[in-house]
Amino acid sequence: MEMIIIGGSAGSFSIILSILKGLDKKVQTPIVVILHRLKNVDSSLEKHLQLHSHYKVKEAEDKEIVKKGHLYTVPANYHLLLEENRHLSLDSSELINYSRPSIDVTFESFSTVLKEKCSGILLSGSNHDGARGLKLIAENGGKSIVQDCNEAEFDVMPKAAIRIYEHHKVLTLNNIIKNLNEESYGY
Amino acid sequence: MIEFNDLKEIVFLIEKQYGYDFSDYSRASMLRRINRFMEISNMGSVVDLKYELINNSVNFNTFLNEIVVNVSEFFRDPSFFKSLKTNVFPYLESYPKINIWSAGCSFGEETYSLAILLKELDLLHKSRLYATDISSNAIEKSKKGIYSNKSFKEYSNNYFSCGGKESLNEYFISDGKKSIINSDLKKEILFTRHNLVADGVFKECQLILCRNVLIYFNEDLQDKVLNLFYDSLPIHGFLALGKKETLRFSSVFDKFKEIDSTEKIYQKIK
Ligand SMILES: C[S@@+](CC[C@H](N)C(=O)[O-])C[C@H]1O[C@@H](n2cnc3c(N)ncnc32)[C@H](O)[C@@H]1O
Repeated sequence: MEMIIIGGSAGSFSIILSILKGLDKKVQTPIVVILHRLKNVDSSLEKHLQLHSHYKVKEAEDKEIVKKGHLYTVPANYHLLLEENRHLSLDSSELINYSRPSIDVTFESFSTVLKEKCSGILLSGSNHDGARGLKLIAENGGKSIVQDCNEAEFDVMPKAAIRIYEHHKVLTLNNIIKNLNEESYGY
Repeated sequence: MIEFNDLKEIVFLIEKQYGYDFSDYSRASMLRRINRFMEISNMGSVVDLKYELINNSVNFNTFLNEIVVNVSEFFRDPSFFKSLKTNVFPYLESYPKINIWSAGCSFGEETYSLAILLKELDLLHKSRLYATDISSNAIEKSKKGIYSNKSFKEYSNNYFSCGGKESLNEYFISDGKKSIINSDLKKEILFTRHNLVADGVFKECQLILCRNVLIYFNEDLQDKVLNLFYDSLPIHGFLALGKKETLRFSSVFDKFKEIDSTEKIYQKIK
């Protein structure tokens, strides 16, 4: 796996924290986190994530190169894309699924570049963003994981993903962590 | 759907057929925009796309509009406009004539926002705003100054967040669906086509705004355009980039002073 991309909306923040806490220190695969955020509000998202992670947490900057051991968040009001040379690009185009950043946009862009070399994880949320992108990740041979609908605080998002593609791995939080630790171990 | 390895040929074709050079645009964004265009216009394969580009020049305008991302807002990033008010305009006030260039002006939202600000500061009468864009459609729309009411609430919120004193409606005439900008705000604005990739210095201006345009370029083109801005500024002139764009990695970085590091406002110092 070259990158792990995690998308979530309502109810996903604490899950992301738990995933980060649970990751084995040896896991260094770059992580991108797409969270729906409020417009024009500077939250302290990065600080919170940093407290719980051995990764260096930072907001993605335009044309910066993706590095091991780094976790990138997406700034409010921008979509995040990946260039073939592994540089990140920001994009201020239309909202997609009422969202910017949109999980679909990032999943699709990263999957197009990385094909089987990326894992997409879709967590709790109350809209349909991410479903289409996660399907593309799966179809391109990447690993696609959906948080167990019974466990997700808001199950609209995981359900939407499973509705349009039924072969995603459906995992509880603990198993998501286990899965990441096993498969990205020492990468 | 097209893939990365189709891009080169498409870019080449556009250049040959229409004279626009997209070779230094972000490839990730180009790919996404082209695929979006194809999806909207029900085009399946790269062959269909090439056929259209060669045989249907009418459709090229629609294509171009989709590629260049004309998305904007009135008072986008209110904190930026606030910073202009506190950090830049007091300085520009002392000039007898203020020239401002808004590069990549989209449908004019940013330019009219500036005009409103300048009017409220009683500076508009001695200002001249040059607003340019690569897209002739964007320039036409900017000149008309007609906007759908759908996003007005958001624009209004933006306006208040940056310290607006009136009601944004004061600056428009509206019917149920659309609002048109008051003509007295248009008087000091010149909207015209200018391509940052191909065209040179436009006009010496004391303030240049180029926000959310550079992110669509690769590093080389970003640097080239930043040099163009450097050449277009007098000493002590200001350059404002988008909230997530920076001078930091460019060859002109040390010729500027950071005025507001969050809002990406710089001043030319040498
Ligand atoms: C995302 S909009 C930004 C609008 C506004 N500045 C803002 O921040 O809201 C980008 C604009 O840049 C324009 N643009 C793209 N390439 C350009 C070029 N080579 N020269 C001039 N304008 C260009 C597009 O047509 C579009 O209107």
